Amino acid sequence: MGPGTSSPSSWGFGDGQAVPWEYAPAPEARDIVKLQARYGLFIGGKEVAPRTGQWFTTIDPSTEEPLAEVARAGLEDVEHAVGTARRAYRRSWGELPGRERAKYLFRIARILQERSREFAVLETLDTGKPIKESRDVDVPLVAAHFWYYAGWADKLEYAFPGRTTRPLGVAAQIIPWNFPLLMLAWKIAPALAAGNTVVLKPASSTPLSALLFADVCRQADLPPGVVNIVTGPGEIGLGLVKHPDVDKVAFTGSTAVGKEIGRAIAGTDKAITLELGGKAANIVFDDAPLDQAVEGIVNGIFFNQGEVCCAGSRLLVQESIAEPLIDKLKDRLATLRVGDPLDKNTDVGAINNAAQLAKIEELIEAGVAEGADLYQPACELPSRGYFVRPTLFTNVAQSHRIAQEEIFGPVLSVLTFRTPDEAVEKANNTPYGLSAGVWTEKGSRILKMVKQLRAGVVWANTFNRFDPTSPFGGYKESGFGREGGLPGLLAYVRLEDR
Amino acid sequence: MSSGVVIRSRSMYDASVTSTLDGIAREQAETRAHELVRAWDGRAVGLGGLLGRIGSVDQVGIEERAASLAKRSIKRESKRWALDLVIRMIDLTTLEGKDTTGKIHALCQKARRPDPSDPTIPSVAAVCVYPARVADAREALAGSGIHVASVATGFPSGQTFLELKLLETRAALDAGADEIDMVIDRGAFLAGDYAAVFDEIVAVKAAAGEAHLKVILETGELGTYDDVRRASILAMAAGADFIKTSTGKVTPAATLPVTLVMLEAIRDFERRTGRAVGMKPAGGIRTSKEAIAYLTVLYETLGPRWMTPDRFRVGASTLLNDVLMQLRKERDGRYSGSDYFTLD
Amino acid sequence: MAKRAISRVSAVSTQVAGAPARITVRKTYKLYIGGQFPRSESGRSYVVRGADGVALANAVRGSRKDVRDAVRAARAAFPGWEAKTAMNRGQILYRVAELLEGRRDQFELEVAAAEGLDAAGAREQVDRSVDRWVWYAGWADKISQVLGTVNPVGASYFDFSIPEATGVVGVVAPEGSSLLGLVSRLAPILVGGNTAVVVASESRPLPAVTLAEVLATSDVPGGVVNLITGHRRELVPTLAAHMDVNAIDALGVPADMRTAVDEAAIENVKRVARAPAGTADRLDWLDDRAAQRPEWIAAFLELKTVWHPIGL
Repeated sequence: MGPGTSSPSSWGFGDGQAVPWEYAPAPEARDIVKLQARYGLFIGGKEVAPRTGQWFTTIDPSTEEPLAEVARAGLEDVEHAVGTARRAYRRSWGELPGRERAKYLFRIARILQERSREFAVLETLDTGKPIKESRDVDVPLVAAHFWYYAGWADKLEYAFPGRTTRPLGVAAQIIPWNFPLLMLAWKIAPALAAGNTVVLKPASSTPLSALLFADVCRQADLPPGVVNIVTGPGEIGLGLVKHPDVDKVAFTGSTAVGKEIGRAIAGTDKAITLELGGKAANIVFDDAPLDQAVEGIVNGIFFNQGEVCCAGSRLLVQESIAEPLIDKLKDRLATLRVGDPLDKNTDVGAINNAAQLAKIEELIEAGVAEGADLYQPACELPSRGYFVRPTLFTNVAQSHRIAQEEIFGPVLSVLTFRTPDEAVEKANNTPYGLSAGVWTEKGSRILKMVKQLRAGVVWANTFNRFDPTSPFGGYKESGFGREGGLPGLLAYVRLEDR
Repeated sequence: MSSGVVIRSRSMYDASVTSTLDGIAREQAETRAHELVRAWDGRAVGLGGLLGRIGSVDQVGIEERAASLAKRSIKRESKRWALDLVIRMIDLTTLEGKDTTGKIHALCQKARRPDPSDPTIPSVAAVCVYPARVADAREALAGSGIHVASVATGFPSGQTFLELKLLETRAALDAGADEIDMVIDRGAFLAGDYAAVFDEIVAVKAAAGEAHLKVILETGELGTYDDVRRASILAMAAGADFIKTSTGKVTPAATLPVTLVMLEAIRDFERRTGRAVGMKPAGGIRTSKEAIAYLTVLYETLGPRWMTPDRFRVGASTLLNDVLMQLRKERDGRYSGSDYFTLD
Repeated sequence: MAKRAISRVSAVSTQVAGAPARITVRKTYKLYIGGQFPRSESGRSYVVRGADGVALANAVRGSRKDVRDAVRAARAAFPGWEAKTAMNRGQILYRVAELLEGRRDQFELEVAAAEGLDAAGAREQVDRSVDRWVWYAGWADKISQVLGTVNPVGASYFDFSIPEATGVVGVVAPEGSSLLGLVSRLAPILVGGNTAVVVASESRPLPAVTLAEVLATSDVPGGVVNLITGHRRELVPTLAAHMDVNAIDALGVPADMRTAVDEAAIENVKRVARAPAGTADRLDWLDDRAAQRPEWIAAFLELKTVWHPIGL
């Protein structure tokens, strides 16, 4: 063939071709998890039946199928658990040298790593979160958290200069359903490292990973009564925090329940830390790395279906780039895979429970009714289970409910700004102050924004990153106290003079 | 200046006089403004607006995104199709000083019939050689429909005279190449002389005529993803049909994140200009698994419209055998070994 | 002698008969809000008596609206105060010590009258108050180095945590220690960059008002400290419930009001600082180890964690 004789027509493009490109479902089979038919309470190192004699069912939110029966504890069970924790504190754990506590915590971290797949699958079954998140984010962070605090247990004398530390005693810990195992780790690891014993109450819709953790405690030969787990409705949580033998209260959950807990222990000397709701602004300037900003926005609001207290639920975008950014965002939303949480290609799983789904749907309707523009990609939702489409609202006003209320779902409200001052003003214009995001290439602007944003965590050119060494917690009505790092330890000790 | 016009009597009633005088003043102002813009742009004359709107890339963000995409696995039925597609996208390459007519003929044989035992295996997209070997390839590939790609423009460094680059391009075409893989002048690029890089690509594109022009950025020498993105936009605006990562002579060659950066640039370029540009990662892609990760990134970034050899190529030599081995495994259900595939 | 020098309300009638050489010019004790010394908008006052029961002066009986105005002033002053450089804030607080040092005699008389101390006892209270300002002033540019951290996260990010002021802090001043107790609570709040609304000791408010006069003539900007005198039962619940107050220093809250204060405070998730369990009534303000601590600064600080990718 002579030069140029190869027909250029062979370079015709393949527009419109059907491409047989499909991702395979996850190899993560659920049979790695051996579910018991029934789970009792974990008190004094043993699984015990609830004194109420009552049980409730926990379900898989992606299928609405029951997973197992779980004990419905009553106040007498709370009494039992707190008493057991108190005895363990007095008799063994409180007096155990730090180096021994450390070894128990290292053991737990190791066992969690060894059983990581089992925990990931179970967490996904009970919460509805995508397996790629439970596998790549939740469970590794859980093990890392125990690992980090294990090392503190025998170094407390170096943690707070000029002070010696004492444990507080018995900690009552109440955790939410969005990150059941991770929140368990955030609560239990520092408490044990500092020498406290705990009574933990998981959320009633997601008790299973905590009950599997009980098995880890047994495998680690943790002294009985150091960790106790009671399952049941919210009232027993209130009963737990009010118990006179509880010295420390740690709660992660909604601001409304946090306030209820605060009222319940008003006037007492109990130490308290609260990690509550948020309505984070994710601020994108016109010089931002746009494609990474899009990833950050997506990760900010669709990570764990948006059921994240620090979710970047308000996108504040500089007006000069609003159009291209929103176009890119819509394109990206169209590639999100919503569906079976056990499929490792799934990006957005199931909403955890029916009540939450109803709340999200109600707020989406409110957004439409208030005049914001709705965009949802045309993805197929499974016919069963609590699913909702990733949702984008443009033309949102600061006064709209979707811009004010914590939705706790995959719903992003887009607002625009013109100047940095306006962005700060809008970002801070909320009773919450948990987190914020800033996207810009200009270093000095990042630092100025960081200074002005009233939020406990500011992600610059990234979003939703977590680490055991990194303190996490809110300003204003998002709570007080920090989890993670040295301040996370401070929440579980009393400082005394040397 | 127009203020002089305004104070003239009756001027506001005499529209034609006013507009004529206004027009002259306006022309002067515009001329002056354009001179200032040119002075401001300096060596990037004419590219100011283009360069100003390229945007940036965050390294950690892009690498995390690429890594998360690489974790996806595709269905078995898709895999068979994907491996087939990978073969049809390969620019089977040999770029060595010791290349001979015999070597080229053997390679071309492999290009036509990658697996002699399985006639269902398609041919590769092209054979990529040095200019002096183009005639050998053209001869060996006669009638096959396989393209002959020639590297040109002082490959791999590009450190030679523009006249020679153009001459080399034309000579390669005369010898039978229908695709030209040029290198950009990284020296000029890194010195900030973007206009020189741009003009050179335009000149080579003109010399290449009908032939497809792939522009090699040599990303391993650019240092940052920001520069990869800038070079991508520059090359596409100058007329590249494809943008290509590497010569294969510099480490690192193609990587998943670099490819993602370039694909995102292609996406943005098409959105702004309507012109669809192809992508060619080259060098360092050796296994089927890696190739499928590249296809995943391609699919997630540009979608099915780019899942064709017309818009995506892979520059490789050893990759082909690994893909053949995987296809044989899919066919026979057992893992194969390298002894069962020809080394060419 | 110290007591005689104080102008007393009850002394008026006796002095007329005794044909005094000079009629004393009495001081009007007012509120301190937004850098001004207003009387209460309510127009009320109450008689303040010394430890010996003799009336010393009328103090303003502040109202809920005064609390409201004070919070507004504190909120307005917050951004400017927080934005000052740490060293500058330290110098401003040190300046308060300088001015207080120059007015030791006046404070000595007032503290003695208020608390029923002899001259030496009152002087010790005043001297220690001066020293406490100095101690806390020096913390201004060090506290973030003690509390801040760089966090070695397990990915390519630079991650650090820095303390920042909580915002507007409501201070229920200790009831007994009219000057030293107040200074011990106020200084750590200010050094961290917060602004304050103080409910002064109800029974011993006069040294606090005089302290406000010192602050007004120092370089502490108006609104950074606001002081209300009056009845705690009226003022404290309003302060504790105010939604624009970010924290409450509750060391001075009477035991029977604690539960109510906690309940009100949680409505906007206020940070509530209390004495360590069991020490509330026994805190010795003269004991440096117990009464001045970096923890008291930290109690009114937030921690902000910042993440940024490390890349090229």
